[in-house]
Amino acid sequence: MNVLTQIRRNDQPIYLDYQATTPMDPRVLEAMMPYFTYKFGNPHSRSHSYGWEAEEGVEKARAQVAKLIGADEKEVIFTSGATESNNLAIRGVAEFYKDRKNHIVTTVTEHKCVLDTCRHLEQQGFEVTYLPVQKNGLIDLDALRAAVTDKTVVVSIMAVNNEIGVIQPLAEIGKICREKKAFFHTDAAQAAGKIPLDVEAMNIDLMSISGHKIYGPKGIGALYVRRKPRVRLVPLIVGGGQERGFRSGTLPTPLCVGLGEAAEIAMKEMDAESKRLAKLQARMLKGLNDKLTDIHVNGDLDHRIPGNLNIGFAYVEGESLMMGIKGLSVSSGSACTSASLEPSYVLRALGVEEDMAHTSLRIGLGRFTTEQEVDTAVDELVRHVNKLRAMSPLWEMAQEGVDIKSIEWAAH
Amino acid sequence: MTYSAKLIDHYENPRNIGSLDKNSEDVGTGLVGAPACGDVMKLQIKVGPDGLIEDAKFKTFGCGSAIASSSLVTEWVKGKTIDEAETIKNTDIAKHLALPPVKIHCSVLAEDAIKAAIADYRAKTVKKDETQEAAE
Repeated sequence: MNVLTQIRRNDQPIYLDYQATTPMDPRVLEAMMPYFTYKFGNPHSRSHSYGWEAEEGVEKARAQVAKLIGADEKEVIFTSGATESNNLAIRGVAEFYKDRKNHIVTTVTEHKCVLDTCRHLEQQGFEVTYLPVQKNGLIDLDALRAAVTDKTVVVSIMAVNNEIGVIQPLAEIGKICREKKAFFHTDAAQAAGKIPLDVEAMNIDLMSISGHKIYGPKGIGALYVRRKPRVRLVPLIVGGGQERGFRSGTLPTPLCVGLGEAAEIAMKEMDAESKRLAKLQARMLKGLNDKLTDIHVNGDLDHRIPGNLNIGFAYVEGESLMMGIKGLSVSSGSACTSASLEPSYVLRALGVEEDMAHTSLRIGLGRFTTEQEVDTAVDELVRHVNKLRAMSPLWEMAQEGVDIKSIEWAAH
Repeated sequence: MTYSAKLIDHYENPRNIGSLDKNSEDVGTGLVGAPACGDVMKLQIKVGPDGLIEDAKFKTFGCGSAIASSSLVTEWVKGKTIDEAETIKNTDIAKHLALPPVKIHCSVLAEDAIKAAIADYRAKTVKKDETQEAAE
């Protein structure tokens, strides 16, 4: 097997979890390889050509990332991933401006690394407003406008949700933040390379990007930090003062190069790939709807990236469904919380009933998903949903016309 | 999560799926759990004139461990008296299926389900006796 070109072994299940991670594009790996071997220099070494050529690789990558989001290359710093970027952005600005401002606005459906950062800041004395979302997963702009005060230092709202794939109205949010003189940070881990992003048009001041969500390597991410007007941050990691002092530590040249290459490919192929994925998404949804009743898509279907579906299969418990569909790799929520038995907090925030939340699966489509894989997935899902419904007491009650909500269930 | 071969076998080839007539006097029905918790088990027993459980059926909404636990108990209770069936412990179920610690509640639910089915059957018999006495 040629590890440089093969995405998947034939004996592996069909991968439908592209929001958890993506395989690296072979073109990305190819671009990275020299920086593991003969171009191994420390990009911060200024005294010899090894350093210079590594620096050249890093700076090219920085420009590639900047171009993807309409930024200047000087505004992009490399981090270990979107988690670090989110921590740095929110904690960094909160701590820098704490003498003047002490309020943060975010939403209840953010990724855990944003929510936990906010919790941490609450313990430090900051006030945090957690905006609810509407039934479709999108925020209410009026609620945002009302929540931002002259004490608000930063508004952190994700661009695309990792569980339900819905796209928040970034330009409108940016406009409100600019008017109210609060910084706008967006976690774009699931959005970069998938939807057009422009930090100028959208008034974005800070943006987190992840490598492994866009067919790049794991262990690398980026943070966009606006220079005009300047956004200041207290760094999380101090030392040699690399990355404009925001993030010390020797840059992992091959990973930076990989992220840059991944960003460039994503940008070039975004239009065509979005159309292709939209077709696959529609094909999967139609396939399921043709053969199953009582299925429900969680989150807005129109304001959504085409590579995501989150579907509740009523009366069938999600974990048992996943155990059945052995040929498919999907998840019931984020990978971070997949060990927990609790239903997803994102689905709960949409007002999805807890029993429906237990029946939901996240299906992620991506660059290497084929039409044939979608068809196989539909067949396998239909077969197992039907099998599990045949043994579901809730399905039986529903067929008999019993309202499941009318029964007094003993919580356990 | 990795599961034992026995558990996977019960999940993939569940025994005794189905329903018995819940209105029948010789059938006891137990419905335990809650949809919001992600597990609902319906377990039914049919008791013969000789006092032995001659049939058992289940339907379960829940994870693989919940399905396997209920499938297993339907096998175990058949041929037993209701007193014997009542002694089935969740720890026996958990041990037999090698349930991982986070899935122990599935075996508890299966024990609850069999107890609830027995209680329902007993309540019906008492009621039947009372009606007969009243008629006499």
